[in-house]
Amino acid sequence: MTSKKRTAFRWTVRLLMWTATALTAALVVALVVYVMAKGVPHITWELLSTETSYLYDRKGILPNILNTIYIILAALVLVIPLGVGAAVYLTEYAKNKRLVAAIEYAAEILSGIPSIIYGLVGMLVFSEFLGLGSSLLAGALTLVIMNLPTIMRSTQESLKTVPQSYREGAFGLGAGKWRTIRTVVLPGCVDGVITGCILSVGRILGESAALLFTAGTANNLNGLFEAMTAPGSTLTVALYYYAKEEGEFEVAFAIAAILMVLSLLINLAATWVTRHFQRRKAL
Amino acid sequence: MKPIITAKDLCLWYGSAQALDHITLDIPENSITALIGPSGCGKSTFLKTLNRMNDLVEGVKITGTVTYAGKDVFATDVNQLRKEVGMVFQKPNPFPMSIYDNVAYGPRTHGITAKKDLDQIVEQALRDAAIWDEVKDRLKKNALGLSGGQQQRLCIARALAVAPKVLLMDEPTSALDPISTSRIEELVTQLKDRYTIIMVTHNMQQAVRVSDYTAFFLLGELVEFGATESLFSQPVDRRTEDYITGRFG
Repeated sequence: MTSKKRTAFRWTVRLLMWTATALTAALVVALVVYVMAKGVPHITWELLSTETSYLYDRKGILPNILNTIYIILAALVLVIPLGVGAAVYLTEYAKNKRLVAAIEYAAEILSGIPSIIYGLVGMLVFSEFLGLGSSLLAGALTLVIMNLPTIMRSTQESLKTVPQSYREGAFGLGAGKWRTIRTVVLPGCVDGVITGCILSVGRILGESAALLFTAGTANNLNGLFEAMTAPGSTLTVALYYYAKEEGEFEVAFAIAAILMVLSLLINLAATWVTRHFQRRKAL
Repeated sequence: MKPIITAKDLCLWYGSAQALDHITLDIPENSITALIGPSGCGKSTFLKTLNRMNDLVEGVKITGTVTYAGKDVFATDVNQLRKEVGMVFQKPNPFPMSIYDNVAYGPRTHGITAKKDLDQIVEQALRDAAIWDEVKDRLKKNALGLSGGQQQRLCIARALAVAPKVLLMDEPTSALDPISTSRIEELVTQLKDRYTIIMVTHNMQQAVRVSDYTAFFLLGELVEFGATESLFSQPVDRRTEDYITGRFG
């Protein structure tokens, strides 16, 4: 190639890369601006603080906001002990390396399965077989299975970063294995658990397919405990419902805008937690 | 001299690699014994066998016997053994918690919970480790904020707080600066009235300065053991002489 040709080639490649970058950035910005522009004007206090009523011709998403919070709480309360427990067993106790590898691999696959399959299985197992019907509890249990790999893996990674010298120090003082794990190892991996939780909350917030199957689409205002046994839709399910079944695009876009802001906040929280703990570790 | 720890025909393998070869050794009570030898000679392995820290390593096989105060260590409850045979590690390893909680960790592990008792134990241990004056005003602060030398003295205090009889030290000064090193050496000399100290060291001057007895290890064998003064002035074995005069290692 002559030097002129080479220069032309270099500029072409550069131009292509710039275009790709600009296009990606523009898409994100356009999407955010579009959703915000269509959604934010319809976010009113009435929408946020009431429930939908055909009698008063009123749209309200308070039940959906509460259902989202309930289902996140219920799922986390169940998934944290399971995920952390599994991680502690696999990293600290399990002797059989091949079994550990097999379980880790299975967890990896589990986190890649399309969520609608979880929904289908959740419906058959929790709603039908266990008789929970369409309820937030059935939905939460389905989400537990979906998020178990996330919590388990992030806790495991974090456990591996706890220095071996801490464990040696505790053993050297005559502490048993469980005491060492409880007092020295687990406090050192709180960051991993929190990161896993934040990722899970993000995932739960965005989950619709699995919940359509298991938690139903009702919009009733319930307390935490009655909600567990009653059907109820979260924000994402409500978004689908209002847009697809009722053609209420104003409400749908308002929900979309709220969800976008929430997922932005969750991302910020994840970054903040990671930084906070890194600083503490560096101390 | 009365032995507090006795090893007899002790052999140890990591997988198929033999790390200790028929070690027979009596550790005298209330004295400082230095374990010297080139890297990989088995001195650290021997030390870690005494409080069974090697249990943590996979694929370890041990034959022969080690007795502590007349009891077979491999048949003793391991946590009880480690309470009586404490350990200070090569790199200072305070827990990421407060200075107070670090020292109180051992006593709490062994069932002491009353605040009054703990306060007293913590203060005494920190005094014994010659660090009380430096930390008494910041007991609630994170121990990781201390300097390396202070951290190591804190780790010594932490080990003393469970009232051990024997203190194993695995190159306790190798990660420290000269001033911190001399403080620790001074401290160790003061502690020998009440504790039996076994110390692995790479530094032969240190062995001469602080120890009463010295054991020279080479390739997993115990080459020579005796009073430090005579071992360094009139070594019996040719290999000891070569090592202490700096011909290898």
